[in-house]
Amino acid sequence: MTADLQALLQGAESIYRDRELETVQRWKKETGGLAIGYMPIYVPCELFHAQGVLPVGIVGGGEDLEIIRGDAYYQSYICHIPRSTIEMGLNGSLDCLDGMLFPAICDVIRNLSGMWKLQFPDKYSHYFDVPQNFDPEVGGRFYRHEMEEIAREMTRRGARELDPEALRASIQLYNESRRLVRELYTMRIDTPWKVPTAELYLVLRAGLVLPVEQFSTMLRDYRDAVSADASRKPMDQARVLLTGSFCEQPPLGLIKTLERSGCYIVEDDFVQVHRWLKNDIPIEGDPMQNLVQSFLTDSIDSPTRYIDDGVKGQALVERVHESKAEGVLFCAPSFCDPALLDQPMATKAIEAAGIAWTAFKYSENTGQFQVIREQAGTFADSIKLWSEAS
Amino acid sequence: MKTDADGATVAVQKDESQLRQKRMIAEHFTRLANSRQTGEKNTYTFVPGNLTELLRSFDLLPVLPEINALQSGMRGKSKDYIAVAEKLGHSEDVCTYVKCDLGMMKSGNIGPTGEKMPDPDLLLLSYTGCFTFLKWFEILQQEYDCPVAMLHVPYQGDGEITEQMRDYVVDQLKTKVIPQLEKVSGKAYDEDRLKELLAQSAQAEDDLVWVLESAKQKPSPIDAYFGGIYYLGPIFSAFRGTDDAVAYYKALRAEVTQRLSQGLGPITPEGEIESERFRVVVEGPPNWTHFREFWKMFADEGAVVVASTYTKVGGVYDNGFRHDPSRPLESLAEYCMGCYTNLNLPSRVDMLSRYMTEYQADGLLINSIKSCNSFSAGQLMILREVENRTGKPGGFIESDLVDPRYFSAANIKNRLESYFQMIEQKRSGAAS
Repeated sequence: MTADLQALLQGAESIYRDRELETVQRWKKETGGLAIGYMPIYVPCELFHAQGVLPVGIVGGGEDLEIIRGDAYYQSYICHIPRSTIEMGLNGSLDCLDGMLFPAICDVIRNLSGMWKLQFPDKYSHYFDVPQNFDPEVGGRFYRHEMEEIAREMTRRGARELDPEALRASIQLYNESRRLVRELYTMRIDTPWKVPTAELYLVLRAGLVLPVEQFSTMLRDYRDAVSADASRKPMDQARVLLTGSFCEQPPLGLIKTLERSGCYIVEDDFVQVHRWLKNDIPIEGDPMQNLVQSFLTDSIDSPTRYIDDGVKGQALVERVHESKAEGVLFCAPSFCDPALLDQPMATKAIEAAGIAWTAFKYSENTGQFQVIREQAGTFADSIKLWSEAS
Repeated sequence: MKTDADGATVAVQKDESQLRQKRMIAEHFTRLANSRQTGEKNTYTFVPGNLTELLRSFDLLPVLPEINALQSGMRGKSKDYIAVAEKLGHSEDVCTYVKCDLGMMKSGNIGPTGEKMPDPDLLLLSYTGCFTFLKWFEILQQEYDCPVAMLHVPYQGDGEITEQMRDYVVDQLKTKVIPQLEKVSGKAYDEDRLKELLAQSAQAEDDLVWVLESAKQKPSPIDAYFGGIYYLGPIFSAFRGTDDAVAYYKALRAEVTQRLSQGLGPITPEGEIESERFRVVVEGPPNWTHFREFWKMFADEGAVVVASTYTKVGGVYDNGFRHDPSRPLESLAEYCMGCYTNLNLPSRVDMLSRYMTEYQADGLLINSIKSCNSFSAGQLMILREVENRTGKPGGFIESDLVDPRYFSAANIKNRLESYFQMIEQKRSGAAS
């Protein structure tokens, strides 16, 4: 690994491990702008950027955070991300944020929005309701109003007014970063040994905190560095698609464990905000309407999103084929309603398509990986053996 | 029938209204069982945000899978049904209503009265206050060859219903739900009929609120949780807007009026609570697999539940809301958005604190349900907030809806006894 690449990854990892959000604090000091946190999976970051607000992705406390007070807020049968998030709120880690958005993905995150209102009454806290009706005249109109109201609230709190030209420029910047992310995902499909998931993941995580301009620079630098790194050679690994990890994120150690157990992760659900929209948002016309339309018609399939006229599991099967994966790892957080309620339907579709799969659960602070390593290793071996025999 | 300590059989006491409701439900399920012969169509839907009047205006019979699941729990069937679903790959972590319903379906779809339930003609996905609903009907969609009508009901995240939220629901009713109901039923939308049904709903809602608020009296003539669930049956399930519901609530009101005038306490399966020792507010659904045992734990202590939030999941009427025939679709939209689990946490804390005061409660007890994140996530904070605001002690127990593996009778009884002792000590402290 070159020194530059090493430095880039160290920088990304230090952001990943920085729960005090020092990057955000610096940005606020330099710009005087507002910073708004958002929970998984998706918010229209362009909207905030256009008003000079920094959107900051919050995905829990990860593996290193000791939960001291957060457990007093949640029963044992509720997933881990809300307790670590509230822990960070209580211990001051999120003090630099001027507010929090809680997108509509499940009842736990939804209720956390109300807990935030009670616990931090002086901060902006908003449940970001996204439509499950995809008719532009119905769900689209509702969604547009929801975004416009958020923009007005940002202005009331000191951000500049939303201007169509600024929004258009922000859309272009985010289109660029999404293109770069897509490029890296394609590169990983083609040459997974060049783009280890544990690295890509760190870069994507950094993108939750950095301003989009800096994130795009990091993506370009990473792309160029790994492309040029001739020391990275193919290994005898099984190609797998990992699904279910779209909200509470697995510990970095788990991702590394999966790769060490003999898996190339060639497709995943990590940090989906960067890939929620599958294509560029059009630039021409009303930029707000373009944001609406892209959300309605160009979002990825997600267990948090009603399938409407779609066929359940079809998108997952297509992703398997597009990524040339040989098997699927259902890797969901414990007690994650969207992932776990979806899983039987997804496995049904996967089995019908003749694709091998295995499943396990984690929490963001899982510390023991041996059992998962053995399971994933056996799965990878079986894929390779089975593939060779066929 | 139940047995006493000596094993002798003792008749379970039932109010006349309870028997009346039993007849209504039995007739409804028989009608459903015969629907393929009679040509009647049905719609599967959910309790929160149910559009019973709208369905009935198309002569569609409502089927509530949650009610089927809770009935399975009460009849001791849910354990096996859940096992069937878990064998099919459904996680032990998720909602047991879903698994119970699926298991029941896979086991022949025999309903609470022992008759086979018809397959759905339509799945009306009223996505109100519970994320799991969305997944539940996606699962059923794979099992049945029938259309789905999705109604997305926005959450009251900021504690209010805005004009845009109302318009969004009304637009969906007009463009998605009603056209689908017309298609399935073969009948045109008849707003006048809907208005008639809504007017009947409002009548029943008046009587229901009167009954629930009778618990403000001392002693309370009703138990507003265990007993309240029976009172809510018709209005939360298939009967809102019907003559039967109007008659039921009139009869119930008369019955409670009589109890009130005689200074009587609530009727429980074990008999009347003659001495009201504790008045508590309960948050969260009950456990269904041990419903009577659970209730007895309260009754034995002389604890009466004077207000509960579970009895508001199918609609909050004691805040003044009534279905309004003059604004039929707007009123249905407001009803959906006003259901208890569609309220944000600050609103839930407000409501509970108000109940504590208005019903002169001694404390708040939370029955936290493993299956139900919509209710459960945040309940520990609710408990502390209400304690802080009211100065009254809070208690916390855990169980599940229909999974008997999560009902630990000894543990719950122990906690309840300790809780009631704590209330007693607080009282003694205050008196001295």
